[in-house]
Amino acid sequence: MITKKVDGVQNALQGVKSGMTMMLGGFGLSGIPENAIAELVHLNINELTCISNNAGVDDFGLGLLLQKRQIKKMISSYVGENAEFERQMLSGELDVELIPQGTLAERCRAAQGGFPAFYTPAGYGTEVAEGKETREFNGKMHVLEYAFDADFAFVKAWKGDAAGNLIFKGTARNFNPNMCGAAKITVAEVEELVPVGTLDPNQIHIPGIFVQRIFQGEHYEKRIEQRTVRQKH
Amino acid sequence: MALDKNQIAQRIAQEVKNGYYVNLGIGIPTLVANYVRHDIEVEFQSENGVLGMGPFPFEGEEDADIINAGKQTITTLPGASFFDSATSFGMIRGQHVDLTILGAMEVADNGDIANWKIPGKMVKGMGGAMDLVASAENIIVAMMHTNKAGKSKLLNTCSLPLTGVGCVKKIVTNLAVLEVTKDGFVLLERAPGVSVEDIKNATEGRLTIPDNVPEMNL
Repeated sequence: MITKKVDGVQNALQGVKSGMTMMLGGFGLSGIPENAIAELVHLNINELTCISNNAGVDDFGLGLLLQKRQIKKMISSYVGENAEFERQMLSGELDVELIPQGTLAERCRAAQGGFPAFYTPAGYGTEVAEGKETREFNGKMHVLEYAFDADFAFVKAWKGDAAGNLIFKGTARNFNPNMCGAAKITVAEVEELVPVGTLDPNQIHIPGIFVQRIFQGEHYEKRIEQRTVRQKH
Repeated sequence: MALDKNQIAQRIAQEVKNGYYVNLGIGIPTLVANYVRHDIEVEFQSENGVLGMGPFPFEGEEDADIINAGKQTITTLPGASFFDSATSFGMIRGQHVDLTILGAMEVADNGDIANWKIPGKMVKGMGGAMDLVASAENIIVAMMHTNKAGKSKLLNTCSLPLTGVGCVKKIVTNLAVLEVTKDGFVLLERAPGVSVEDIKNATEGRLTIPDNVPEMNL
């Protein structure tokens, strides 16, 4: 076995510098790498380019980095929950590239799987396709999109082991598996770091080969953005 | 009487057929699930990675790790599955999802749709909408016929940045059910008590009115 285990978030984020491009897993606040984000805030680095489906909320998730002006550019699909983000974007302080969600996921997966680029119908005929190569396949127009090129991927899983194997829970899975192995260094934080051999190899979602560092996360808040319930009759 | 949001959802639910995998957008589309017949087999897909979505949880049973695309807490039904985002959009792009229901700010009479950005004012992003409208064969738009100022949202040409081109097939508004054809909007049904004249006045785009336009059956 090749061990990927590191002790604590400080060691896990070694080598992270201002100006780097980071991928961060999560959909809304579900499945975000809370420990890595807290450490990025603590490190006080800036000029970051962040690839993440959403931008957190004003006081949590990537919103914490936005508050401190650590992000230069965001590449996201939906940013509607963050007023500070909208303010920085509309005022021009923050560079924002909004792209279709499926394209975002696929640009991660392409980077993970060694495809330099791919064609998708998403965004054809819209401003998303402006300046991009287009091509017709089977009578339908498609847009050429490129694999991401990122320095670090920060992902969060439910369970993992020292070999870097990961299992996700529920919809907290989202972009996390697609970002593993899609950057030069993938850092996985887990709710439960279990002894090697206890995870069933049949149930592994992401094999450890896609992960360079894994650590036991701490103090997960796992905030709910839209708590919605029904009444018992 | 013009329909309220729940009644729009109720009318759209009639379009959901046995055996359909359905993707519901945020807003009125989410309400559609409440009105689907119980005697048919339907599975709801949420683009953040779940198939087989159930109702909202009871209080105290919310799970931060189980949400829908609107970030609301949900439950799953027997037979449900979770998957990553790339797989989710594979279902959508690969046309494995049978019906897509989403909201819109504007629709044009050639089927163009705009629903993600008001330049200089509101920029929330397209989320999965561009992937959905570019690939889905069967798209129903749920929307209000006019904006708050009373201006038509069914236009000759969209004024806002587009989400997709020539993709909308059917629209259900608070006033009417319309089809989008190569000749523009065709009026199929009107809301109970709403006249053809009312709909004509509220529609800026090309509108074909058949001889007989029945009232919706809710």
